[in-house]
Amino acid sequence: MSEDSNGTPPSGTSSPRMNRRTFVAASAAVGGTVAALSVVQGCSEDGETPASESTTVTLSINGESRDVDVDNRTSLLDMLRERVGLTGTKKGCDQGACGACTVLVDGQRVLGCLTLAVMTDGAEVTTIEGLERNGRLHPLQQAFIDDDGFQCGFCTSGQIMSGIGCIREGRATSSEQIREAMSGNICRCGAYTNIVTAIERTASQRGV
Amino acid sequence: MHPFTFSTAADESSALDAGVSGARYIAGGTTLVDLMRQTVERPDRLVDITGLPYGDIDLNRDRLRVGSLVRMSALADHPGVREGFPVIAESLQLSASGQLRNMATIGGNLMQRPRCLYFRDVSAACNRRSPGAGCAAIGGRNRALAILGTSDQCVATHPSDLAVALTALDAVVVTTTPKGERRIDIADFFRQPGDTPDREHHLEPGQLITAVEVPARPDTRRSGYLKVRDRASYEFALCSAAVAMEVVGGVVRTARVAVGGVGTVPWRLPAVEQRLAGRPANDHTWRSAAAVAADGAKPLSENGFKVELLKRTVQRQLSTVARLA
Repeated sequence: MSEDSNGTPPSGTSSPRMNRRTFVAASAAVGGTVAALSVVQGCSEDGETPASESTTVTLSINGESRDVDVDNRTSLLDMLRERVGLTGTKKGCDQGACGACTVLVDGQRVLGCLTLAVMTDGAEVTTIEGLERNGRLHPLQQAFIDDDGFQCGFCTSGQIMSGIGCIREGRATSSEQIREAMSGNICRCGAYTNIVTAIERTASQRGV
Repeated sequence: MHPFTFSTAADESSALDAGVSGARYIAGGTTLVDLMRQTVERPDRLVDITGLPYGDIDLNRDRLRVGSLVRMSALADHPGVREGFPVIAESLQLSASGQLRNMATIGGNLMQRPRCLYFRDVSAACNRRSPGAGCAAIGGRNRALAILGTSDQCVATHPSDLAVALTALDAVVVTTTPKGERRIDIADFFRQPGDTPDREHHLEPGQLITAVEVPARPDTRRSGYLKVRDRASYEFALCSAAVAMEVVGGVVRTARVAVGGVGTVPWRLPAVEQRLAGRPANDHTWRSAAAVAADGAKPLSENGFKVELLKRTVQRQLSTVARLA
């Protein structure tokens, strides 16, 4: 199954050599083909309008317009990682419990794992890759570095996207409020103290 | 996740057509997508209803009307709701996480499925998921489960905090069907499990929630929500209490009380309310009223602590709300 031009992963992953990510993507594509065939056959027997189990989604990702064909079951998270090649958004629990997949949809922080990609048609999605401007990190990205807001880094993109949402929502006015507003983002390294500091300083000093 | 077809409803009638013929409605998706991934839910067809015109919050002297597609965060942050119906705003603010509140809708909140471990584990026996299969929770890990409204078929708690606040405030669930509007008192909306735990509410196939209405009464301004849980944030209630109270000259005129985390449905406490009306607003009144809060409770092997916790939660919240200006 071929990718459309907009869905082609960045050059680093386009090598013919099989790595873990291309293997997973190829396996998923094969599964999708089998499922799509079975449904077309099922609907023709009913005599209904052929219903499709895949959809073309048109949306803006980090300011760039994209058309992506997805199996209807695809989450926004999986579409970003496996179809668009933006792997900065992480898959932690894949059930809405950890916050690692947090992205902004139309300016609001949401969970990529519980968002169906087909429901983002027409949306503006911002991921961690879309934050820097002219080679400069977003102030909250810089603050996570300055304040040592991470250890292993796996939860960090979700923490930063959620932190931006938290600041925009006006909930970053005290460390207590930040702890409550950021409770949907789990950090198993336990960098919470410095995460709160980074968000609090960014909200009060730098603006977002 | 099982394969499904997907469509977007352009208007109410096309949504109802799809719903009546078996499609599942999806809006925020925070419960449904999660359960579809666990294969607990296996719909063949989804219809996206987020384009329907149910997104307004309308407040006047007599009532609050909340469209079913209003997001939890929008209702929690609404200044008029925070001032006039604080128990509703607090119940939402104490629910889920910031991300989930930006996604989940008010209608979907009422339609949440249980959080029982065995309901969500398709390898476990669960009468709610598979009628007749048995209940692994009754003899299993049931610390978080219900003590009120249970049956020998199911002991799962209802997970919504908002529904507890709406139950205390005598809300009305407004729905639409192909035959027109149907209004359902919140007290009649949820079904206790009984012998049919798979039937969680009184909606017909395709019946669609369009709004929730809450009458404004003298006690709605003096109201609040207390949630007791294992973590300070982002956790379901072990026990919660929604209280609205009118106090005039140091005497309770009326009080409305509902509790969550302890019942198979949001649980109103009329016996407690009867012990409050006309009594002096003092600690003795709160204690004697709360003493009957757990009457009829049937604790399970691991959740006996909820009997005392329920009484103390009610007592604490009666005292807190009575002190509000």
